Amino acid sequence: MTDTTLSPEIRPAPAAEPVKSKSLYALDDLTRKRNASEKRFKFYGIGAVLIGLFFLVVLATTIISEGIPAFTRTIVEVEFTLTQEQYDAAEKELFKTKAYEQFFIGALQGQLEESGMSVPFDAAAIERIVGKTGGTIREFFKANPGALGSPAAFELAASSRVDGYTNGRVTRETLTDSRFLEKSDLDIVDSLVEAGIIKTVFNWNFITGADSGVDNPGGAGIGASVVGSFFMMLVVLFLSLPIGVAASIYLEEFAPQNRFTDLIEVNISNLAAVPSIVFGILGLAVFIQFMHLPQSAPLVGGLVLTLMTLPTIIISTRASLKAVPPSIRDAALGVGASKMQSIFHHVLPLAMPGILTGTIIGLAQALGETAPLLLIGMVGFVARGYPDGFITGFTEPNSAMPAQIYTWAARADYAFYEKAWGGIIVLLVFLLTMNILAVILRRRFERRW
Amino acid sequence: MSLFWLVVIVLAIAFVGYVAGRARALASAGGDMRDLHSLPSYYGANVAMKAAVPAFLILVLWLLVQPFVIHSNISGMIPEGSVGEGSSLGLVMAEVRRAAEGLDNAVATGQMTDDFARNARADFNDITTRLKEAGQIVTSQITQPIMRAAQSYRIMVSTGNLYMTIVVLLAAIAGGLWGIRETNAEFRARNTVERGIRVILFSAALIAVLTTLGIVLSLVFNTVEFFRLYPAMDFFFGLTWSPSFSGRGGSSELGILPLLWGTFYISFVALAVAVPIGLFAAVYLSEYAGPKVRAVAKPLLEILAGIPTIVYGLFALLTVGPLLLSAFGDNGLGIMKAGTAVMTAGLVMGVMLIPFVSSLSDDIINAVPQAMRDGSYGLGATKSETVKLVILPAALPGIVGAILLAASRAIGETMIVVLGAGAAARLSLNPFEAMTTVTAKIVSQLTGDADFASPVALVAFALGMTLFVVTLGLNIVALYIVRKYREQYD
Repeated sequence: MTDTTLSPEIRPAPAAEPVKSKSLYALDDLTRKRNASEKRFKFYGIGAVLIGLFFLVVLATTIISEGIPAFTRTIVEVEFTLTQEQYDAAEKELFKTKAYEQFFIGALQGQLEESGMSVPFDAAAIERIVGKTGGTIREFFKANPGALGSPAAFELAASSRVDGYTNGRVTRETLTDSRFLEKSDLDIVDSLVEAGIIKTVFNWNFITGADSGVDNPGGAGIGASVVGSFFMMLVVLFLSLPIGVAASIYLEEFAPQNRFTDLIEVNISNLAAVPSIVFGILGLAVFIQFMHLPQSAPLVGGLVLTLMTLPTIIISTRASLKAVPPSIRDAALGVGASKMQSIFHHVLPLAMPGILTGTIIGLAQALGETAPLLLIGMVGFVARGYPDGFITGFTEPNSAMPAQIYTWAARADYAFYEKAWGGIIVLLVFLLTMNILAVILRRRFERRW
Repeated sequence: MSLFWLVVIVLAIAFVGYVAGRARALASAGGDMRDLHSLPSYYGANVAMKAAVPAFLILVLWLLVQPFVIHSNISGMIPEGSVGEGSSLGLVMAEVRRAAEGLDNAVATGQMTDDFARNARADFNDITTRLKEAGQIVTSQITQPIMRAAQSYRIMVSTGNLYMTIVVLLAAIAGGLWGIRETNAEFRARNTVERGIRVILFSAALIAVLTTLGIVLSLVFNTVEFFRLYPAMDFFFGLTWSPSFSGRGGSSELGILPLLWGTFYISFVALAVAVPIGLFAAVYLSEYAGPKVRAVAKPLLEILAGIPTIVYGLFALLTVGPLLLSAFGDNGLGIMKAGTAVMTAGLVMGVMLIPFVSSLSDDIINAVPQAMRDGSYGLGATKSETVKLVILPAALPGIVGAILLAASRAIGETMIVVLGAGAAARLSLNPFEAMTTVTAKIVSQLTGDADFASPVALVAFALGMTLFVVTLGLNIVALYIVRKYREQYD
């Protein structure tokens, strides 16, 4: 504020040079420019953060909107009564399933009329909508002759195009007439939906089922590969936790300062940055080529992922061991404990919450890892069913969630893409649960010294 | 299964040894714990350790060595002539192993008697069809030499396993007895046990080194094998990538340059997305944002890094690809032919790398001492001028290190390029064309039906070697720069 108190006399003659703004309230050009660039810079920063968050939102909405249809399925529910005479007559026919199909269509027509609607349709259209119905019905009545004469309800899965139509994947505009579905069939579907015969129900099969063949997207489920992932995570947990903790204890508490210790440390930090696919190559060459362990087995997948997770676990375990203050060790040593006792009885329990948090995060990483699993053969049509027992769960070919998602994404049929998105929702639910668990563990048990 | 039971039995011996050792120590002190050198449980643990550790070591070594011994014995049995044209000893050995496994399974399911499996002759008994009937996978007609080799393979494996069981059990019992013998009140059990534990801890730390060694060895051996079948010069300087799976790789052209070009092009696009966004986000979050904004925005951004790459891959394939196609495809600018392209994979990979760049740079920017900022403000600089002229130059080495780490991530990334970048190897400048990368080709070469011994499969190991060397080099340089920089202000 000294400028303003100066008297005009001692100022240089104003006329001698062009006068700039004297007032501090009026900004000169340079200041204005600098302020503008300041503002711009800040907006770039805000913009960058917003772009990042925008991508996150887009990703989340895409996953949810594309994946939800995988959890529903479209069924055709028809109830009708088949009498003993009709059954006998149908069994006498040359084309038996054809005869049953006629019963089905008749019942369908009846139900439609009951709800006051009439659409002309033929057997071919029905076959396009629900597939071959005759066989299913015949098998049912052959297996349960007692059901003859009393009303029986049939829930038949609608074909994948009809499924797509009811959940918005297929529209009238995008549908091209083919032997799978014709445009005119959509009218029938519409009125069947209105009559409550075609319904959308929760698809339990997607959560509990196994993978289906390439021609049956509707029957594909992620359950078997969830089990595969579970067995893999068991292997990872029971190998990487003890090995990782033991290695960290050695490096943090016992290792002498020498070149070999340095070598181990450099190794660990480099392993953390090796691309995951290289671990897959390692698994293929060592576990499958060299040790002849079974291909596509969760055991091998677990071993590969263990090697991959070890650096993560070692790094976080060392951090939590380091966080335990030396006074704890000194106190234990002071009352006569050996170094080993002071660590296993005092330091390790105190570091445990941190170690478990790190382990859970490491496991979550391993759970989402795909690339190494492709190389050890957990891809393709491998998750065909649940393992028979606990031991075979480790050795029988199975897939894992991310590998199953990849398998579906690599198939040509669009209906599988929906399953892939649905699989991602399941996978992310698991990951989210694990991460929340880690956060809770950290909040509840971690001590600050 | 027998292996499982062997392990269980050894553990049981160790447990019995624990109880016996503990009881003996207490007895030798006349039941008074105070006369013992160590706590009683240490005496027990000493016995258990001596019973279990040598036995398990022998078990592991045996399991590793036995296949080699059997392999060298069996391959001596296969006459030169029976290795057919276009085949190799390795392939014949694989056939022998498959046949032996088939026999084993057939005997286990009761479709063959053990006697028959041991004595059948491939030229008299119709072994191939019988194995196929038993549901076993046999790839070709089993000839008599292969059959004979498979039979002795079976016998060697079973005798080997028998000897292994005996030796391991003897080692466990002997170790246990030795432990019990040396147990008395004077014996320094705690010291012995703790020395043992220390060795165990050390070997756990050694696994990291062994893993690296395993990676290097498996890459080197198979790469050398590949270069024996395919000239190294053609691999490193070839401009065409066209593997032919049919003619056993004879007519394949396996030049790595198109793959490297694709890899670097996609990584470049990814970094061009991630570096500006990540850097600006880091600057904003560390210099401008208030604690509340920071507490919300930083974890949210880091979620992007925690999402599995398969999700990004699917996002590229099914969302970004079609979106770009509608803008640049035939209905738009007409320079894009399919949804899978360099741009698709690069953009999505860039999104994945944003949090990677931003949180690393954030740490580095925060490490710049506050005094430097204060000095700059004191001279009248605005915040942005301080960032541009003081903080970023000071943090530059660290930021370069972060970018190099991100680049190594981008180069090694697999799922996004497998799903989003296409499969055609091309040397092209158009970012809207499909190209492929080293990692994508590793996957496609090793998940096909090609035999491990053929060049088209082995090339994956050479590609993996290249990838490993490049990413390791980048990491070492990056860590070196980061570490060097850190010392300046501490």
